[in-house]
Order: sequence, then C-alpha cells, then structure tokens
Amino acid sequence: MNFEAQMISLWTLSLKEVQRVLRIWVQTILPPAITMTLYFLIFGTLIGRRIGQMSGFDYMEYIAPGLIMMSVITNSYGNVVSSFFSAKYNRHLEEMLVSPMPNWTIVLGHVIGGMVRGLLVGLVVSVVALFFTRLPVNNIFITLSVLVLTSAVFSLGGLLNAIFARKFDDVSIIPSFVLAPLTYLGGVFYSVSLLPEFAQKLSMLNPILYMVNAFRYGMLGVSDINIGLAYLIILAFLAGLFALSMLLIQRGVGIRD
Amino acid sequence: MHALSINNLVKVYSNGLRALDGINLHVEEGDFFALLGPNGAGKTTAIGIVTSLVNKTSGEVEVFGHNLDHDLAGAKSCLGVVPQELNLNQYDRLDNIVTNQAGFYGIGRRQARRRAQECLEQLQLWDRRAEIARNLSGGMKRRLMIARALVHRPRLLILDEPTAGVDIEIRRSMWDFLRAINEQGTTIILTTHYLEEAENLCRHVAIIDNGRIVAHDRMTSLLMKLHHEVFVLNTRDPVVALPVLEDFNVSLLNERELQVEITRSHDLNSLFRVLSAAGIHVVSMRNKANRLEEAFFRLTERREAAGDELPARARAS
Repeated sequence: MNFEAQMISLWTLSLKEVQRVLRIWVQTILPPAITMTLYFLIFGTLIGRRIGQMSGFDYMEYIAPGLIMMSVITNSYGNVVSSFFSAKYNRHLEEMLVSPMPNWTIVLGHVIGGMVRGLLVGLVVSVVALFFTRLPVNNIFITLSVLVLTSAVFSLGGLLNAIFARKFDDVSIIPSFVLAPLTYLGGVFYSVSLLPEFAQKLSMLNPILYMVNAFRYGMLGVSDINIGLAYLIILAFLAGLFALSMLLIQRGVGIRD
Repeated sequence: MHALSINNLVKVYSNGLRALDGINLHVEEGDFFALLGPNGAGKTTAIGIVTSLVNKTSGEVEVFGHNLDHDLAGAKSCLGVVPQELNLNQYDRLDNIVTNQAGFYGIGRRQARRRAQECLEQLQLWDRRAEIARNLSGGMKRRLMIARALVHRPRLLILDEPTAGVDIEIRRSMWDFLRAINEQGTTIILTTHYLEEAENLCRHVAIIDNGRIVAHDRMTSLLMKLHHEVFVLNTRDPVVALPVLEDFNVSLLNERELQVEITRSHDLNSLFRVLSAAGIHVVSMRNKANRLEEAFFRLTERREAAGDELPARARAS
C-alpha cells in the first residue's frame, strides 16, 4: 500500500469517526453542553459569588478554562473508548483489520475522531461560558496547542482503555475511578496554592494539573506550574501512549485471537 | 500460481487448545475450493489466520505469493473475506459501509462510491442503500457482507458459511452470483455446512478434522472414492415380501420404499433387472444422502456416532 493509499485509508476512517460524532450529536455534543451550563450556574454564579476572587480573577472567570479543559478531556477519551470498543465488540473493527491499512492509520483515525469531538465540545462549552463570563486569551498559541495536544493524549488514553476492555463495564471503570478524580483534583476548580504543602506536592504527580494550568495560562496568564514542564509532560504522554497503542495493535492485544 | 499456500500451519490457543496441527493446503488460482469440516475442526481458525484476524503459532501462509510474515499488506490487498458471524456496523448506512471498506483499501472516495454502487447493485441492495444495516433481513445482511468483501475486487474471496440461515431462494441466487464471479477469475474458498452446496459449486475440496487435513482432492476424485452408495427406491405397488437380492443389501423402509446399498462393483442396471424379475417396479429413486456427505462422514469417522439416519441436508454441524 503506497503512501497515497495509506492517506486515503486514514481519511476514510477519520471521516467515518467524525460522521459518527455528528450523527449522534444528541449523545456526543449536547450532554456536555448541558452539564457545563449547570457547572457555570451552580459553581460559578451561585457558589462563586461567595468565593470572590482567585489568582486575581472572578471565580467564574478562573474556573472557565478548567471546565473547558475538563469537557475536552472527558469527551476525547469517551469518544474513542466508546467507538473503538463498540467496533471491537460488534466485530466491525474487522473491516479495518482485514484491510491493508497500516496500524498507524487505525490509531490516528480514531484519535482524530476523539479530537474532533473533544474540540467541538470545547467550542460549545466556550460559547456557553460566554453567557456567564468573559473569556480572555492571553496567548493564542499556548491556548490552542495545549487544547489540541491534551485532546490527542486523552483520545489515545481512550483507545488504550478500549483495547484492553473485554466487556462494557471495563469501559467505564477508568473514566469513573481514575479520570474523574484526577480531573476534579487537577486544579479545575481551585488553585493548588490553596492546598496544604503535602497536598500541593501530591497534586504535582497529577498530569491533568499540568494540562489544566497550561491551558489556564494560555487564557488568563496565571498558572500554578511551569509551562515548559507542562509541555514536556504533555508531549511525553503523547509519545508514550502513541507508542504503546501502536505496539498493542501490532501484537493484536485485545483485538486478535 | 497458488492463490493460497499454507505450510505446516499450527495454532495453539492460550487455553492449550491445538486448533490446527500442522496443516498444509494449496489452492490454485481461479479455483472454487471447498474447505469442509465439523464444528471445531479448525476451519474458521485457518481462515482467521489467513485473514490476519488470528495470530498463528507457527507455519507459513502465502496469498498469491505474498508471505503473511513479510508482506502482510500485499497479502491483505488480494483478499476479500465474508466471515461466519455478522460483523457489520448495524447503525451505519449500507452505502457508507461498502464505500468505507473501499477506502480502507486505499481507493479514493469518488471511485469508492462508484464501486460501492456496482457491488450493491450486483447483490440487489442498491435500492436500500440509505437504510441502516440493522433494518435488513438476515439474507440481506449476508449479501451486504459479500458486497463489502468484493468492493476492492479481491483476487481471492474467502466465504465462511455465507449461506448459513439464508432461505433456499436467496441461497440459489447467491450460488449463481458466486459461480459468475468465479468464472470472471476470482478464486473462491468456501466453507459451508450445506454439503450439497460444496458439491454443486466447488472443483476441489479439503476436509479438515481435529486440526488436520484428512482429505485434499478434486471433488470428483473424492466422490469416486466412495465404495458404496445408498439409494431409496419408490415402488409402483406395495412390496409384500422383501426379495432376496444376493449382491445387494436391501431393507424395506415402508410398503412402497426400499433402501438399497450398492457397491462400486455393481451397477444400477443389474439391480433393476433383479427387481424386475422379482415383480417390483420402481417409479422413482434418490440418494439417501448427498454423496459428499457420505464421504465427509466416512473421512471424519462420524457415521457411527451419527447413526444410520442421515437427513437430506448435511449433518456436518
């Protein structure tokens, strides 16, 4: 299969994944928009007024980047884990496995699907946020690059979850017991400087803290962590998860007998 | 050139099951080949390895000279597969399913759409192209899987029980379709539990049992190896007493039906002469069991276990 044919197969899979996201928009786009509206309403408007300012910004303005990032993370992850696992479970993943399309296109095609959903939801949540607060952009390059890279990282995470999952329960374990706690404790709603020293050090082990703070820096210009370190961690996760996905698909783990 | 060449193929599953025990199989280009065997014999595992859905333990597989270990993409490009179980995205449109499959083989979108239309028209599914696969009947889903397998014009088409659960009318039309694409040059490997289907369609046959090939021959040669056949004869008048026929093993099924076992050393003319002399007039006759079915049971040593009663349809399942 020459490079042009490989690119066609990648385009086909990406298009298929994006069409799936758009076809079931009531399941993929609408729920996070409603959930985030509630977050803005309750945490921002009702509780936020009593909290006052955080790092020099209104509480609503402070949490907006975190909420956008949270929705991007959960939706990128959720899209790939659901799409890949259902393809595996219903066996139509075999359409790709019997074809000559290389493994990198299978990985990248699904990741693109996850990223498109994550970024679309991020856009919708940003629009929702504008009804409640303003969204300044301190550095457009950092804002967009962190958003795109984080979306790719969690799309790969969803793919790995789907590769290992054997039943539907396995698909929800990681999002419920790992992803959600790490996201909520990743500085979405607060600055880690408010935490006791021990908790601050513990928080530094949470990779999502770096992603949320780097994105917040891109928008507000404030961060609890070093931005260079954040990029390093995001890129390391991206490379590591991509390599692991390729290895597992190559070996047929979870997808071939 | 061999369309498919399998040498010493072994598959041992992680639970220790030895599904394939060093099989060798060669399928000529342009052939219509039957791969038969009872459930659990190793057919689907062998097909799974050829289509790269199952990892082999050892052995060599080549598809049109492309070795699976060294040129997997080349081998896959030559292959189309219709699996035993439905593996369609039930919520996708028919035309999307077939068009996307072409795209996975590197065929550009415009050409993929044209090819999808051709294949769906050939399989009489074009009128339903905008429906989701879930809305189709079982037979239509099978046809859709064939359309999907053909969209990249494979040189070797592997069909794993394509007519399972399909009514006789659709099955016959699928036979005609498969014959036509075989005549156009596509090599076909067919596994089926309907042995009359294999006998009707295929020129060569291999029988696999317990992970080993127990027969690999031309269909006609295999059938010639049958030492005897069993016929059921319908008589014009009720048979009151069973005639004594020295060279034939005869039994009375009911007052108008005789069962006669005839060996290769005798012919039907001598049988009819003897019956006529005994005042028995035969009005019709049929094979008790399909000839390939007889061969199958003998080769897989299942006749005793299955008893003497063989239904009209194969009992390979």
